[in-house]
Amino acid sequence: MSIKGKAYIVGAYEHPTRKAPDKSVAQLHAECARGALTDAGLSKDDIDGYFCAGDAPGLGPLSMVDYMGLKVRHVDSTDTGGSSYLVHVAHAAQAIALGKCDVALVTLAGRPRSEGSSGTQPRNYGAAAPDSAFEVPYGITTANGYAMVARRHMYEFGTTSEQLAWIKVAASHHAQHNPDAMLREVVTVEEVLASPLIADPLHRLDCCVVSDGGGAVILARPEIAKRLRRPLVRIIGAGEAPKGQNGGKLDLTTSGAAWSGAAAFAEASVKPQDIQYASIYDSFTITVLLQLEDLGFCKKGAGGRFVADGNLISGSGRLPFNTDGGGLCNNHPANRGGMTKVIEAVRQLRGEAHPKVQVRNCALALAQGTGGQLGSRHCSATVIMERE
Amino acid sequence: MNNETPERNIPAPPVNAENQRYFDATAQGTLLIGHCKDCRQFHFYPRTLCPFCFSERTEWVPAAGTGTIYSYSTSHRGVPIPYTIAYVTLDEGVSMMTNLVDCEIERLSPGQRVKVVFKAAEGGSNIPMFTPI
Repeated sequence: MSIKGKAYIVGAYEHPTRKAPDKSVAQLHAECARGALTDAGLSKDDIDGYFCAGDAPGLGPLSMVDYMGLKVRHVDSTDTGGSSYLVHVAHAAQAIALGKCDVALVTLAGRPRSEGSSGTQPRNYGAAAPDSAFEVPYGITTANGYAMVARRHMYEFGTTSEQLAWIKVAASHHAQHNPDAMLREVVTVEEVLASPLIADPLHRLDCCVVSDGGGAVILARPEIAKRLRRPLVRIIGAGEAPKGQNGGKLDLTTSGAAWSGAAAFAEASVKPQDIQYASIYDSFTITVLLQLEDLGFCKKGAGGRFVADGNLISGSGRLPFNTDGGGLCNNHPANRGGMTKVIEAVRQLRGEAHPKVQVRNCALALAQGTGGQLGSRHCSATVIMERE
Repeated sequence: MNNETPERNIPAPPVNAENQRYFDATAQGTLLIGHCKDCRQFHFYPRTLCPFCFSERTEWVPAAGTGTIYSYSTSHRGVPIPYTIAYVTLDEGVSMMTNLVDCEIERLSPGQRVKVVFKAAEGGSNIPMFTPI
């Protein structure tokens, strides 16, 4: 059994806020849900499936279903960090295909900017986490974990800081057209390299922004989707793949995208070269590089050459990516980038991206994320979508 | 610039019932790694069930304490004192997260030979770290 064509994304909404000190996290979730319902032309009572992850406050789906006054017959609070919402899109399609729900709501929201969160802070999941005792004393943070991936990629394949910088440069070219983006200024490779080292070899401009905000998507059965007056975007393939330290047989230069991508492409019966637009999770520039290789857009080790010289810039490059400016320039609500990756892919397939970055006749798009930490353990998730 | 780890407060390891004996050994100056008596492979971090064949016949054995740098990164921003996180591939073939200490950061590189040294964390646990040979 496949989810191919069994569910459509009928609603998508990105919260415009980037700093929300006067809103609660539950409120942001609900505002995102409301925005997605309005976008879809549905009402709250149409929702019978709800999906959320660790950013949902309190007891996750229980708190949020109660807060929003939903009445659902299916819930899923799978948490794979920032890739959760891509997993949710796939799980929602599965639930719809099985008849467990007809209209599924997925929400994400958070206020890390208002709460002073940063990727340079040490992570500690407590003594029950089996890895904590072996990692906490060393000061593992988000930034220095990804930096070790970057250093190893440079060592194995000769990747350079200049090549990584091109990923940020491309994102900034897109963000200049997004009035909501936190960083709208076009930057150069030289400016990326001149920004302060955060965790070497990663510079400040290799890192995503910290923002408040959120987003939501709504999926529905084909019959419902076709009754609504929105362009039809259907899910045709998905994959998910956790990857860790493998008992010490470490391989930091390959992400789970090698497996989640292969599964998604197989289910969708398409190839990387068919993809017209790609949303690629960009917590750091190196995150994008690794995923592009593992998805098969280029060979392993060739990512540096692939992203260089503006190849990811919409209109001129071979693979337009993150045309909203992505996490590197636009936003990174709840420190989790998966939701906004889905939303911009939906905009592209509907033809609703900004005209300056809209891919012409965009009919096939991919959204990709990794949650957790590429430097230790993460979960990759891939979703392939088609305009009908 | 020297890596001034002794001045960094090393956070105490959040020890649990399964991994207490790892830190009992580091207190004696020994680095333990996991070994499986069934599939005969080493693993890290050490655990009760083998992560490769799921056998219960695991043992925690002393490592030679030497290896090579797999990767590393020095945190410059958002931290009170710069420090260098790393993965070191032990000569037994498994890689472990660690810090590189008592070294010149500019002269580090992946592939470089290192040996274990122990540094005291807050609360008194001995933490295995590595320094160039």
